[in-house]
Amino acid sequence: MSRQIDVSDLDIYYGSFLAVEKVTMEIKPRSITALIGPSGCGKSTFLRSLNRMHEVIPGARVEGKVVLDGQDLYGPGVDPVAVRRSVGMVFQNPNPFPTMSIYDNVLAGMRLNNKRLKRSEADAVVEHSLRGANLWKEVQDRLDRPGAGLSGGQQQRLCIARAIAVQPQVLLMDEPCSALDPISTLAIEDLMGELKKEYTIVIVTHNMQQASRVSDRTGFFNIEGTGKPGKLVEMDATDTIFSNPSVKATEDYVSGRFG
Amino acid sequence: MSSPNDTGTRTEDRPGDGRTSPEDPGAAVLTRYQPPSLAASMHASLPRWAGAAASALGVLVAAALVAVTDVHVALAVVVGAVVGVAAFVVASRVVEGERAATDRFVTALVTMAFVVALLPLVSVVWTTVSRGLARFDGAFFTQSMYNVIGEGGGAYHAIMGTLIITGVATLISVPIGTLTAIYLVEYGGDNRLSKVITFLVDVMTGIPSIVAGLFSLALFTLVLGPGYRLGVMGSVALSVLMIPIVVRAVEEMLRIVPARLRESSYALGVPKWLTIVKVVLPTAASGIASGVVIAIARVMGETAPLLVTVGLTASTNFNPFEGRMAVLPVFAYYQIITPGIPPQAFIDRAWTSALLLILFVMVLNVGARVLARALAPKTR
Ligand SMILES: Nc1ncnc2c1ncn2[C@@H]1O[C@H](COP(=O)(O)OP(=O)(O)O)[C@@H](O)[C@H]1O
Ligand SMILES: [Mg+2]
Repeated sequence: MSRQIDVSDLDIYYGSFLAVEKVTMEIKPRSITALIGPSGCGKSTFLRSLNRMHEVIPGARVEGKVVLDGQDLYGPGVDPVAVRRSVGMVFQNPNPFPTMSIYDNVLAGMRLNNKRLKRSEADAVVEHSLRGANLWKEVQDRLDRPGAGLSGGQQQRLCIARAIAVQPQVLLMDEPCSALDPISTLAIEDLMGELKKEYTIVIVTHNMQQASRVSDRTGFFNIEGTGKPGKLVEMDATDTIFSNPSVKATEDYVSGRFG
Repeated sequence: MSSPNDTGTRTEDRPGDGRTSPEDPGAAVLTRYQPPSLAASMHASLPRWAGAAASALGVLVAAALVAVTDVHVALAVVVGAVVGVAAFVVASRVVEGERAATDRFVTALVTMAFVVALLPLVSVVWTTVSRGLARFDGAFFTQSMYNVIGEGGGAYHAIMGTLIITGVATLISVPIGTLTAIYLVEYGGDNRLSKVITFLVDVMTGIPSIVAGLFSLALFTLVLGPGYRLGVMGSVALSVLMIPIVVRAVEEMLRIVPARLRESSYALGVPKWLTIVKVVLPTAASGIASGVVIAIARVMGETAPLLVTVGLTASTNFNPFEGRMAVLPVFAYYQIITPGIPPQAFIDRAWTSALLLILFVMVLNVGARVLARALAPKTR
């Protein structure tokens, strides 16, 4: 199910403000790609442009190409809703739907789209996705309880289960652990290791250890100053980025000697 | 600032030591304004019954003034209040110190303001209950005024009229109001149309209710010709008053639905309209429901617009599209304005109608709370 993404010459705007400039990158299937860089350099903006969530913000637009599996996501006639079905997303703050039970949260992608499922099919999807998100054991006996009653780490894994229940080809994660404690973080990192067998994963993180622990390739974004656009400075195998980067700024950043 | 490497003078220019240095006037000022030690700020406090005692003193003083002298009751109350508060504050000042005394003083003022604000409400409820109970009987709820000349009869026809007309008004207002709010919050953004709509809604909020009645009358006169009095005319008039309230309430509720819920729905590949219908509205449902119920309560007691649009009749009419209808406020109005013989029977019916309206509004408000709690998202 996992696919390669090719981004070429992507400019991302908020109205007339150019937030991210000329990004060209290749995201390999069945691997984890980490995006690192200082705050405000456009990591989230870039990530959200990969599933056309960027344009949800009024005035926001992009120029350039994002090609998934040979298909330009921004090509004419491409439905953003369909793009989001194949490129799933997990947000920084866990946000299960407050009106739904754990069970319904997992099925949200189908229920909200009015897809009818037999009870047995629905049960199977819920169990499969919760197992995939490493949450099944903890919640199997309280599936009918509200999702908002879980701990932060459990809620985040519920959101991951919800995202993989619609079987996307790519999973985008924007600082998925930054609101979580170290133990939940570890649980999610383990989970990412499992998920990359099936999905193409792109993760934004502020945590350098996390990037080096989980990712196969790392891209470093930087910004020259406020008001300037963010740029992809360098992208390479994670080991190379952390041990022997080719750009000075990358080395300064990953070694904590920044600015 | 010294760098970590030069060890020579480090202790001298550590920022913490600058507090007493003569070159730093700021530090000198700060030293003078050092907070008192915790031990020095400890003090005794007044017993819990001090407030009650002070209130009792005030009441006693007022009562004594009324009993012994011949000053006006109002003046006695004011003097009693001043004496009570003064005693309270002085006692606090002596025992607890200045800051606590200020706190006590303001607390006393706020409490008295609350009591003053409550007085009219208590008085209205008391008067209505005591006078309305006379006819609060079975017949009042089951009989109309059909063929009733003097005593007896009831407001069954008016109760039904009120329920039907506000019901139809709700059916008109809730969809229009909700859809308008959805447009404003979810689609309009800052565009010109939504600014115009917001402005018009503001204007509508301020429309005097009689104008709403005349609008409906004029509208139906234009369409049907003069002389019509229909239940639905009243419903339209009430809708004019109700729609802006519903728009405001729903708008507020939709705006507090977190954007991240919408985004996580979009991220699952759910189209916008389904997101609104299945995520935003259910999340806001509890607030919307209570807003709507409060809007109903707000228009239920309207008299003027119904007076000019639905008129009055003595018999029960269930059909809002044909003929006059009775409603409680108009019924109460005519009973008390044009009493027959014996007059007391008419006056009693008016008070009971008023009592019933208050009860309706109370039930609706309590219902709104219950509904809000029942529909609110749960965490357990
Ligand atoms: N909704 C928005 N509207 C306008 N500008 C935005 C918005 N979100 C982010 N930006 C701007 O885009 C730039 C990149 O932001 P972001 O992608 O959030 O950075 P990061 O995730 O790397 O911290 C920043 O300059 C930020 O101010
Ligand atoms: Mg970010």
